[in-house]
Amino acid sequence: MTDNPPRAAVAGVGADASANAMAVGDAWRAAACLAVDPSGTGAVLRADPGEVSSMWLEAVRAALPAAAPLRRVPAHIDDERLLGGTDLAATLRQGRAVHVRGVLEEANGGVIVLPLAERIPVQLAARIGNTLDRGAISVAQSGRVREQATTFGVIAIDSGRAAGERCAAALCDRLALHLDLDALSPQDAAELMPERAAIAAARVRLPSVVPGDGALQALCATAAACGIDSLRAPTLALRVARASAALDGRVETDEDDLEFAARVVLAPRATVIPADPEAAAPPDAPPEAPPDAPPPGSDPGESVDSAELPDRVLAAARAAIPAGLLAQLVAESSARRRASSIGRAGASVVAKRRGRPAGVRAGKPRNGSRLNLVATLRTAAPWQRIRRPAASTPGPRVQVRVSDFRVTWYRQRTQTVTVFALDASGSSALHRLAEAKGAIELLLAECYVRRDQVAVLSFRGRNAEIVLPPTRSLLRAKRSLAGLPGGGGTPLAAGIDVAAALATQVARHGQTPSIVLLTDGAANIARDGSGGRARATEDALLAARALGGSGFATLVIDTAPRPAPQARALAQAMRARYLALPDADARTLAAAVQHAA
Amino acid sequence: MSPVYPFSALVGQDELKLALLTAAIDPRVGGVLVFGDRGTGKSTAVRALAALLPPMRAVVGCRYGCDPQQRDTWCEECLARVVTNRVPTRRVPVPVVDLPLGATEDRVLGALNLEQALSSGVRAFEPGLLAQAHRGFLYIDEVNLLEDHLVDLLIDVAASGVNVVEREGLSVRHPARFVLVGSGNPEEGELRPQLLDRFGLSVEIRTPQDLAQRIEIVRRRDQFEREPKAFMAAFEPQEAALRAQIMRARRRLARVEVSDEALGWAARLCMLVGTDGLRGELTLMRAARAVAALNGQRQVGIDELIQVAPPALRHRLRRDPMDEAGSGQRITRAIGELGAKLD
Repeated sequence: MTDNPPRAAVAGVGADASANAMAVGDAWRAAACLAVDPSGTGAVLRADPGEVSSMWLEAVRAALPAAAPLRRVPAHIDDERLLGGTDLAATLRQGRAVHVRGVLEEANGGVIVLPLAERIPVQLAARIGNTLDRGAISVAQSGRVREQATTFGVIAIDSGRAAGERCAAALCDRLALHLDLDALSPQDAAELMPERAAIAAARVRLPSVVPGDGALQALCATAAACGIDSLRAPTLALRVARASAALDGRVETDEDDLEFAARVVLAPRATVIPADPEAAAPPDAPPEAPPDAPPPGSDPGESVDSAELPDRVLAAARAAIPAGLLAQLVAESSARRRASSIGRAGASVVAKRRGRPAGVRAGKPRNGSRLNLVATLRTAAPWQRIRRPAASTPGPRVQVRVSDFRVTWYRQRTQTVTVFALDASGSSALHRLAEAKGAIELLLAECYVRRDQVAVLSFRGRNAEIVLPPTRSLLRAKRSLAGLPGGGGTPLAAGIDVAAALATQVARHGQTPSIVLLTDGAANIARDGSGGRARATEDALLAARALGGSGFATLVIDTAPRPAPQARALAQAMRARYLALPDADARTLAAAVQHAA
Repeated sequence: MSPVYPFSALVGQDELKLALLTAAIDPRVGGVLVFGDRGTGKSTAVRALAALLPPMRAVVGCRYGCDPQQRDTWCEECLARVVTNRVPTRRVPVPVVDLPLGATEDRVLGALNLEQALSSGVRAFEPGLLAQAHRGFLYIDEVNLLEDHLVDLLIDVAASGVNVVEREGLSVRHPARFVLVGSGNPEEGELRPQLLDRFGLSVEIRTPQDLAQRIEIVRRRDQFEREPKAFMAAFEPQEAALRAQIMRARRRLARVEVSDEALGWAARLCMLVGTDGLRGELTLMRAARAVAALNGQRQVGIDELIQVAPPALRHRLRRDPMDEAGSGQRITRAIGELGAKLD
């Protein structure tokens, strides 16, 4: 067991500084760790549905014990299938309640796979997370509630592309391994995967594996230095390190295990880039920690001899932090905490089964719509005499056919998401930016009454960016609006394009988008980023026409000191309402938007 | 029964622990709202509390777990069934019921019993989550993401202590008195003011920034996961002591005195920070009394008041969307102005 080939492979390519190659070795080792301790680890895979993720899943499945179930859970699963419930067909046939087990109970001792995890509703994520926490589900059966123990691993495959399309944070936080499989190619065969027998042996050894000297300190300090607040992260990292040690036949975690855990558990969660120890900064003080947070001091009581261990683990984590994150963090000079911005995606999926009851119609209780028993029985009642051939026939007293089924339908007010597109360019909007910010905050302050959400994107310089994904939180809005810069050119076309894309995304989630565009209409940056007023205006009108075709409610607010025809032309092209507000303050602006929406 | 992390093994988070103990000693304090970061052990603490509390007595055969001692809170079934003075009782654990985010109204309120309706055509009521939570805790994780129609019904039941079901041809009312415990992350959305007001105490928790404390938390978690039985056994003496302390505090609660000076101080504090309505003062007094009982005091002193003032008042201050200062700081400042003594 000491000369384990995958181990060597990991170390070899790890030294090779190529992030891609490192991911390959780690990905297979992670699969092995998941197979060793499914319920203790769990994984979120960033991957397109396809060959690579199938290969990875197949590797995990092959390494699990033969009896361990692997269940796929689609995003549309209903509660009955997830948690168990009554088998309607059997209940009708037998005349007594027949209970069926849910997927979470069936998966006991195995793994559940969530394909398209970015699309799962936050409710489903909450249930799965809750079951993971408790290690049990409550089963209601014949008026009694009993606890049914079930433990399983979760593999969420997140194929989200657009910003904000991410697996729910509540679930991701509870899953240890965060892997980016896009780096893998189908040629990276599963040879790196340890033998099945080795994994089985590791599973037996796992309970006796203890954290080595300074292991806890190394993981906690690294997590703190990476700006990870959740204490689940170091806890899960420790589980992974233990599984890794068990794979190598040891009963104590060593440095390699911790470094591996830091790469696959901690680095992907990093919200700040840890300081480089060579830059003479203390290793466990986040360089861009929020000012109100005291830097986590190192613990003098903890072993001194293992003082260099945290450095090594931290270095491993730093090296594994995805390059994209680095660029993003550098761009955001203020270290805003990003952790909670993910996971809003599914939060507001419209559910057809909730809301106020609005009526009854014929239909099968599927996809969560609930059988309306009274209506069903009422429908069945007139046919009872005909359906019962002889009074003496044994069987249920009430004969119900599938055609009698009635389901209740519900009406739920869909949420409105107001997308603000702010012209933050130098031309005119700079002095209006403060008013726009104020208006957005005022609208948000009323959001808890109207239950609506607000999103903000700004365009300036060469491109447009989403400053605030759809939210209802005043706190977040304030944070991101406070740091909103102004000045530069006016890439109006890009702004309209991004607004349209965001609105489409909102609509796809079942919410009603409305767009408020604040601009003076003076475009001077074309779609391709080149300057020139004529091209830019042409592009802007094109984008406006495309947006007009989508049918979203749109309002153009002309912010020019002297309203000019160009903004009006823009509004016409996008079939928007036009409002000239040459000298509005935050309050009139908020009132105008509210009135128009 | 899956193993539950012991309450006394929780590291740090003193305000949260105190708030939960207060609610356990005197349920009339109202619920506890816990706002804070992910992975700070919010749900662990709530579940640990339930496991810590001693089992309670319930009427045998009652679906709602009515309290044999308090006939005036009984459900209609118990009132109809139990005619003698001698009520058969059984011991049941204090319920902690999870209200999942996507719960349907039938699941929460209760609905027609499918089995009986189909097999014998009888229209019978199957209790929902609110019935299960009677005399215990109703725990809502991510309470700020809860759908509006569920919030509406929770506000109503939490205020009245009675669940009235008028649907699917049913007409049922049953007692549903529970301590509402909600948790969430304020960055993901605000809480409706009406629901916010239902919570007696509000606690803000953050991940401890002290590395030693973080290490200790992870260490204990690891020990618990590896050997849950041994871990629970190791903490059993502390659990037993705490359990006894809670029981003593409950017995002592009615005898704890609140002096006029203490009342005056509380009223002045509420006026100074500008809370809406009188619920703030009431909660402050009740919570201070529960803490005094927990500490074995006969009288509510200034220490208890200062200790519970932030959680009791934090969420009741009038909010200005443009104000940056945290409400906790405003309370601390007001306490400083008042002076930490009763006179």
